[in-house]
Amino acid sequence: MITIKNLHAKVEGKEILKGVNLQVNAGEIHAIMGPNGSGKSTLANVLAGHEGYEVTAGEVIFEGKDLIDMPPEDRAREGLFLAFQYPVEIPGITNTVFLQTAINEIRKYRGLPELGAKEFLDLMREKSKILNIDSSLISRSVNVGFSGGEKKKNEIFQLLMIDPKLAILDETDSGLDIDALKIVAKGINVFHNDKNAVIVVTHYQRLLDYIVPDFVHVLYDGKIIKSGDKNLALQLEKEGYDQLIKEAAEIEA
Amino acid sequence: MAEEYKSDDMKVVEDLTSSEYKWGFVTDIEEIKFPKGLNEDIIKKLSEVKNEPGWMTEWRLKAYRHWLKMEEPKWPKVKYDEVDFQDIIYYSAPKKKPQYESLDEVDPQLLETFEKLGIPLEEQKLLAGVAVDAVFDSVSVATTFKETLAEKGIIFCSMSEAIQNHPDLVKKYLGSVVPYTDNFYAALNSAVFSDGSFVYIPKGVRCPMELSTYFRINAMNTGQFERTLIVADEGSYVSYLEGCTAPMRDENQLHAAVVELIALDNAEIKYSTVQNWYPGDKEGKGGIYNFVTKRGLCKTNAKISWTQVETGSAVTWKYPSCILQGDNSIGEFYSVAVTNNFQQADTGTKMIHIGKNTRSTIVSKGISAGRSDNSYRGLVKISKNAENARNFSQCDSMLLSDTCGAHTFPYIEVENKSAVVEHEATTSKVNEEQIFYLNQRGISTEDAVNMIVNGFCKEVFKELPMEFAVEAQKLLAISLEGSVG
Ligand SMILES: Nc1ncnc2c1ncn2[C@@H]1O[C@H](COP(=O)(O)OP(=O)(O)OP(=O)(O)O)[C@@H](O)[C@H]1O
Ligand SMILES: [Mg+2]
Repeated sequence: MITIKNLHAKVEGKEILKGVNLQVNAGEIHAIMGPNGSGKSTLANVLAGHEGYEVTAGEVIFEGKDLIDMPPEDRAREGLFLAFQYPVEIPGITNTVFLQTAINEIRKYRGLPELGAKEFLDLMREKSKILNIDSSLISRSVNVGFSGGEKKKNEIFQLLMIDPKLAILDETDSGLDIDALKIVAKGINVFHNDKNAVIVVTHYQRLLDYIVPDFVHVLYDGKIIKSGDKNLALQLEKEGYDQLIKEAAEIEA
Repeated sequence: MAEEYKSDDMKVVEDLTSSEYKWGFVTDIEEIKFPKGLNEDIIKKLSEVKNEPGWMTEWRLKAYRHWLKMEEPKWPKVKYDEVDFQDIIYYSAPKKKPQYESLDEVDPQLLETFEKLGIPLEEQKLLAGVAVDAVFDSVSVATTFKETLAEKGIIFCSMSEAIQNHPDLVKKYLGSVVPYTDNFYAALNSAVFSDGSFVYIPKGVRCPMELSTYFRINAMNTGQFERTLIVADEGSYVSYLEGCTAPMRDENQLHAAVVELIALDNAEIKYSTVQNWYPGDKEGKGGIYNFVTKRGLCKTNAKISWTQVETGSAVTWKYPSCILQGDNSIGEFYSVAVTNNFQQADTGTKMIHIGKNTRSTIVSKGISAGRSDNSYRGLVKISKNAENARNFSQCDSMLLSDTCGAHTFPYIEVENKSAVVEHEATTSKVNEEQIFYLNQRGISTEDAVNMIVNGFCKEVFKELPMEFAVEAQKLLAISLEGSVG
């Protein structure tokens, strides 16, 4: 699905990613953990093509295509989706218009006919039911005045509507109450199948109770310092990052 | 030939849209051209050619004499080459013949713009100067239209016709809201206005249709000094649409229109404008100067709403205003002003609260791109006797480049302590994170900017009649094409 090799990236002249290597295959779920400021969101933004980040070395191959020089909208159309850590508000544009435009742009790129109004509405109804989203929320402007939890839920709603190949979820679980967490996890599990892949960025084991990862990676200071299976997350939950960071420093030295 | 045209598409727009037609109800006038310049003889002759009654000629002359004593205003935040008023031809009769036999002969780039705007085919022909077929025969459309209106006693005709056929109404109301002494351009307009529209809605009548579509083509040709007068008698309602989203080019650089609205007790007038005059080229050469005086008078319980979408002109100077004279009257101003390249706009409103319990709402959205300059200038005045007056003003500016300017000049004068006046203003650069968010969902940057700008203007667009709103959105997209990298 995606192969990341020796990825280095700068923001505002400062190097944040210092050689990330990661291979994600169809059908897999990968969790990325790591202390605050270690570069998790930066990695997500770089993969999605944010222009504020400059890739200085390395390569990213997504479904056989080199992503580095591809504009962000084409990456999205190729099937890469990012659920933002901080979804932005867009006044005056309803969720409905926004999603319809997005879906049809993606379909156009893939040579598919536009989705008619009825098909689109049926799809909205079906997906909003899974997430228990109120229809009034969908007819409001994108994220405007949404609570923190509602914004996160809306990201997952968009994920279900757009149905990409690779979903990168940046701390979608933070700020959710217990019930919302379960609903969001359910949404992600409904999305996931053996043809797509998920990268979840999270700080907490509790999400991983519902979305069981095949691999867990620890990102620290712009590098993946440890990878393991789901037990790594459980270990981190108990012990924190200190021990791992020390070990990594020793190997480096 | 097409090759040659392509190199300078605005030239084509000019060629195609400056051709003048008179359709339907406009009084037929013979081909006469006046010499350049302005003096009393010219005005007398103008009045004579139009077969005007003596009182009209007198009024024009009074206005002219007053104008001579006035000076061109310099306070708006706009710069332009001085206008030589002696270098203008104040009267020329319209050419009537279409230049083309079919749309195939019209420049494809112009047609593309029409296509983008979604302008119906028959209307495209009219705008481009193609002979129209019998199905869309202008006279017959005008006739059916007029019959429907006449049944209700509504008068909708050209100003020239109104002067001939409804002199009492014209005499009573012309200049009653914008006297010729009002300002430099209003005085000039009063002296030399060529034509315009006249509307009268009788007591208690709700005008059954938007005064628009077919008629906006007509309005294109009223010339440089347009004069509009709308009178809504007690308890009546009318929605009037002015302008056209299609690109309009005119040889006349200076346009100085006057619009007067009178809403008598319990009446309501909704006046919507889409203005898309030629803004000049990318280097800032050419373009129309648009100096307009628009004002409405509200009697008891009356309401006037101005909604405007301004994308054209090199220089715009325009403040549609409401005099809230009657108790409980309401004034509204919703505006979107877009400036790109070297355009300059100084626009806003005046809400003059005189009656008790009067309310006004101002929503202004300024969008600046390129090296343009966009100013909001608004006055809210609460007079001594205006008990419990309320005003809410919101002025938002959005910047699409680092080289453009946005300014807000709110003037607030409150002479009555019971007044509540609220003013909110924001300025924002088009938000990179919003664009990235939309990009990440598969939407191109150009479409993203359009969506964001349209979202920004939504409060104003929702005030426009439906079909106008759709066109206005597309127009915005075209006006801002290529303005964000
Ligand atoms: N636009 C930016 N300008 C300056 N510094 C930035 C920018 N974006 C990220 N950084 C810096 O890069 C580092 C990594 O940030 P990033 O947001 O990727 O961390 P993170 O791992 O997602 O942290 P968290 O767990 O708190 O979300 C931080 O030190 C941050 O301050
Ligand atoms: Mg983060």
